[in-house]
Amino acid sequence: MAVILTPSEIVETVQMLQLQNLDIRTITMGISLRSCRSDTSARTGQRIYDTITSRASQLVKTGEDIEKEYGIPIINKRISVTPIAIVADGFSQDEMFEIGRYLDDAAREVGVNFIGGFSALVHKGMTDGDLSLIKAIPQTLAQTERVCSSVNVGTTKAGINMDAVCLMGHIIKETAHLTADRDGIGCAKLVVFCNAPEDNPFMAGSFHGIGEPETTINIGISGPGVILEVVKQLDGADLGIMANKIKNTAFKITRMGELVGRVASNRLGVPFGIVDLSLAPTPTIGDSVAEILEAMGLERCGAPGTTAALALLNDAVKKGGAMASSAVGGLSGAFIPVSEDLGMIRAVQEKSLTIEKLEAMTCVCSVGLDMVAIPGDTSAATISGIIADEAAIGMINRKTTAARLIPAPNKSEGDWVEFGGLLGRAPVMAVNQRDSQQFVNRKGRIPAPLQALNN
Amino acid sequence: MQEEGHRLVITVIGKDRIGIIAAISQILAEASINILDINQTIMQGIFTMTMVVDARKSQIDVADLSGKLADKGNELGLVITTQHEDVFRFMHRI
Repeated sequence: MAVILTPSEIVETVQMLQLQNLDIRTITMGISLRSCRSDTSARTGQRIYDTITSRASQLVKTGEDIEKEYGIPIINKRISVTPIAIVADGFSQDEMFEIGRYLDDAAREVGVNFIGGFSALVHKGMTDGDLSLIKAIPQTLAQTERVCSSVNVGTTKAGINMDAVCLMGHIIKETAHLTADRDGIGCAKLVVFCNAPEDNPFMAGSFHGIGEPETTINIGISGPGVILEVVKQLDGADLGIMANKIKNTAFKITRMGELVGRVASNRLGVPFGIVDLSLAPTPTIGDSVAEILEAMGLERCGAPGTTAALALLNDAVKKGGAMASSAVGGLSGAFIPVSEDLGMIRAVQEKSLTIEKLEAMTCVCSVGLDMVAIPGDTSAATISGIIADEAAIGMINRKTTAARLIPAPNKSEGDWVEFGGLLGRAPVMAVNQRDSQQFVNRKGRIPAPLQALNN
Repeated sequence: MQEEGHRLVITVIGKDRIGIIAAISQILAEASINILDINQTIMQGIFTMTMVVDARKSQIDVADLSGKLADKGNELGLVITTQHEDVFRFMHRI
């Protein structure tokens, strides 16, 4: 007997895929570039280009084949590489930019929409190469199309490097300035992390960590729409029942990621890394994390109770997903990027959601202040202050936090920024106007917390 | 089960009408695909048919078959999807 599936199971899956926007958000190939170092930046860049274009030549085609055969939409195929500050340490700012161009060319050649890894890990201090790379970020993000950048400024083990936090405030301002004609889109490709994961498949903060193998395949799943549907059907159920149902559903969603990861890894002959158990929204109606929180019974995302609802959601997704996959990693948690989530946008527009409430929400879910547009005249010191706050949350709670802030040039509260595509559009949010300059300019290091002393 | 690994699940969702199975079977027969099981039911008020087929001897690849069936579906006002069986096995069976 061929059939072991019931029609209702088949229909459930088809409905998830067709009506509830279940998809694989990204297949990300991680590629080590550590063997690409040569004596000049041009030669190093060429070796980087050759390595990426040969290892990832079949990535996009394989993704498209799987999509057709399995009927699972795979939205993005992407590449992450070894942090360039490590590969190119010793090169100047201009040479770092030149290497950024090679990355962009390689991404275009293999047909991926983003390549992550124009990155530096500076949580305890900066090498000369780290500094050159960070200084090259604004020009690189302005003059390349697909390169994404990230800087890790803190960890629970090392504390927070406030020299880097201070510098990043200026870098973000300059990046916005150089892409002012496009609402500061450069900043949408720049993430400042605390406790950055080495195997995160999601952009813009994806890079191929130094503990990773030569090449690997990591999968990011999506599926807020499926969870939303489940929550909507549980009208009146208590929260324990709701958490359990979300858990069951997260299991099923994650199995899709596991399947696609295994098939892709097999066909590409590359080891399967991890499935990232994240609920990643898209700017599509019904594919929103904020709407899930509202379906739980909050009038608007941001209302009192929002952080608790998000904590329940995030934890249930992890519990279900962890059982469904052979290896879980990356960010693994619900994302709350404002510009990529229609429910978040509406909550900001209606003044239900403020930057401070978002910050509280980042304590209980993945990432942090993500795709948040702030007034263009926000000072570098204020941006550094916000980054420091986020990093502190991550450091103390032993979790990843990040800031992807866009000081939208010539825009103020209530204006809109438009990036198009997956990056979406967002209203500019108000920022506390009090000055943080003296604190930020003290620089130095916030020492590692007691939480680090666990040996 | 020799067909294991070569089974596809075809799902038809829409309004019931005469000739659905005939239309689909014709496409399958032309491609040398054997029907293993058919089930039809009304789910949440919508006509739903699921079909499990053996594509071991198929003359065309899954993507082409999927396209042909989807086109036929458009013609008949139905949504027809074709997917590898593993999608369902992975989600519902451990």
